[in-house]
Amino acid sequence: MPDQAMPAGEKVALEVRNLDFFYGDFKGLSNVNLDIAHKKVTAFIGPSGCGKSTLLRTFNRMYDLYPGQRAEGQILFHGKNLLDRSQDVNLVRARIGMVFQKPTPFPMTIYENIAFGVRLYERMSKSAMDDRVEWALNKAALWSEVKDKLDQSGLSLSGGQQQRLCIARAVAVKPEIVLLDEPTSALDPISTAKIEELINELKSDYTIAIVTHNMQQAARISDYTAFMYLGELIEFNETGTIFMRPGKKQTEDYITGRFG
Amino acid sequence: MSEPSASAGIDLHARQVRRFRLQDMFFHHSTQLFAFVVLASLVGILVSLAIEAWPSLKAFGPAFLWTDVWSVPDDRFGALAAIYGTVTTSVLALLIAVPISFGIALFLTETCPVWLRRPLGTAIELLAGIPSIVYGIWGLFVFAPLFAEYIQPPLQALLGDVPVIGGWFSGPPIGVGILAASIVLALMIIPFIASVMRDVFETVPHVLKESAYGVGCTTWEVVRNIVLPFTRVGVIGGIMLGLGRALGETMAVTFVIGNANRINGSLFAPGTSIASTLANEFGEADPGLHISSLFALGLVLFVITFVVLAISRWLISRSMGSEGL
Repeated sequence: MPDQAMPAGEKVALEVRNLDFFYGDFKGLSNVNLDIAHKKVTAFIGPSGCGKSTLLRTFNRMYDLYPGQRAEGQILFHGKNLLDRSQDVNLVRARIGMVFQKPTPFPMTIYENIAFGVRLYERMSKSAMDDRVEWALNKAALWSEVKDKLDQSGLSLSGGQQQRLCIARAVAVKPEIVLLDEPTSALDPISTAKIEELINELKSDYTIAIVTHNMQQAARISDYTAFMYLGELIEFNETGTIFMRPGKKQTEDYITGRFG
Repeated sequence: MSEPSASAGIDLHARQVRRFRLQDMFFHHSTQLFAFVVLASLVGILVSLAIEAWPSLKAFGPAFLWTDVWSVPDDRFGALAAIYGTVTTSVLALLIAVPISFGIALFLTETCPVWLRRPLGTAIELLAGIPSIVYGIWGLFVFAPLFAEYIQPPLQALLGDVPVIGGWFSGPPIGVGILAASIVLALMIIPFIASVMRDVFETVPHVLKESAYGVGCTTWEVVRNIVLPFTRVGVIGGIMLGLGRALGETMAVTFVIGNANRINGSLFAPGTSIASTLANEFGEADPGLHISSLFALGLVLFVITFVVLAISRWLISRSMGSEGL
């Protein structure tokens, strides 16, 4: 199955093999196989409840927080199975960052929002931290807007700015992969455009996996697209192929708006 | 207007509106009345306390507050011993109860297996429902003897020779005393503080915690940096609720504090609190300065509680201000 999409020579960041996911007795994902390409944007589309967010949340073991949720199968990251109990979950989450649907600034200053995560894993001088904060805010295209109010609460920013702050926060710890779970669905069109632009720039440094409800968004920003339906991966291919010449009837129906 | 049926309709409508307005007015005034009853009883209690306490306040002046004498035969009264006992037991109780309640609340909201959550939560609420007199007799007949035999001697051996704080653990280990009262008080306020903390911890949005876990935080780091700052107001409120209860607690304290109207540097020594002095002496107090001094004590307790409440309000408004919420 995985060979259905990835062209030869593409570097792989995450290999998902035979992944099943359970919410208690309910099977949320069944037998998902795909590769996430290194330093590319992979988009997950599909109707609500199809399991795309669930899949994303297995990549950093976020489901671990909730008793009753479990994943079976393999997700290989640098040759090791992320789902292994022996994996240090905190370390995994530092290397695979996540940004959520709603902006979630921490209840602290803008500066601390960024420095907080960095400080968990790195010791550095005040000036190095200042540089890191500026670097991360620049990466998130937010520096010019907040550089004069770094000591204000992160909650004082607008929704779009808050979301870019969250992206900066995720980027600041220098992860290898950034997971974006519908990052623009709570934002206005201008903020959305800014974040899409940002994703385009971030992919030169990071592997990005994004869940989106918005098919145009997937078409605009991703290199690969996975279409999911009822907990299964229906089709996975280069974005152009998925949108221009989908291989499956269900995919075609969905992207042409016939259901979902 | 020319059509009779239409004007009748408007008439009906107007009557309806008038009736609604009357109902609304009635509702408004009756709720207002209830609210004023609260205010009136507050003022009434304050005024009657002040009137009854007046002879004592006139006789002893402000020195009433810092005089450590409570002598019925000499008709000389000072509140210091009772104030000391009240404040010391309450603060000690808080020092013991807050960390424990914090741990309980965190366990219940963050790490407790689901099947254990409900039974534990219910147990804590039941603990809050035990009448204080039951805590009192348990404290006197069960806890104090055990405390005297198994806890006080080792505590004394361990800390008795430490400079400064050694004195707190001196004296004969007799069980009842300031420390025993503090511990029983702590047990009584733990359920209150813990359940308030649990409720406010549960208000932290999942997605906020997830994002903290998402940058690689451990549970403790999430609690320390996200949950606590987010819920600071509620946590302070819960602690103040516990403090308020500890300050005014009467029966349990009366049983275990030892009821000695003096200040002793040792926490093992018997002492007294405002509420327990009132409970002990009101029955047989003679009219005159004695009764009046007891009322004055009541007034002091009222003021202390009021100050605690005011401070907590101030803390809450200040922390909300700095959060920019």
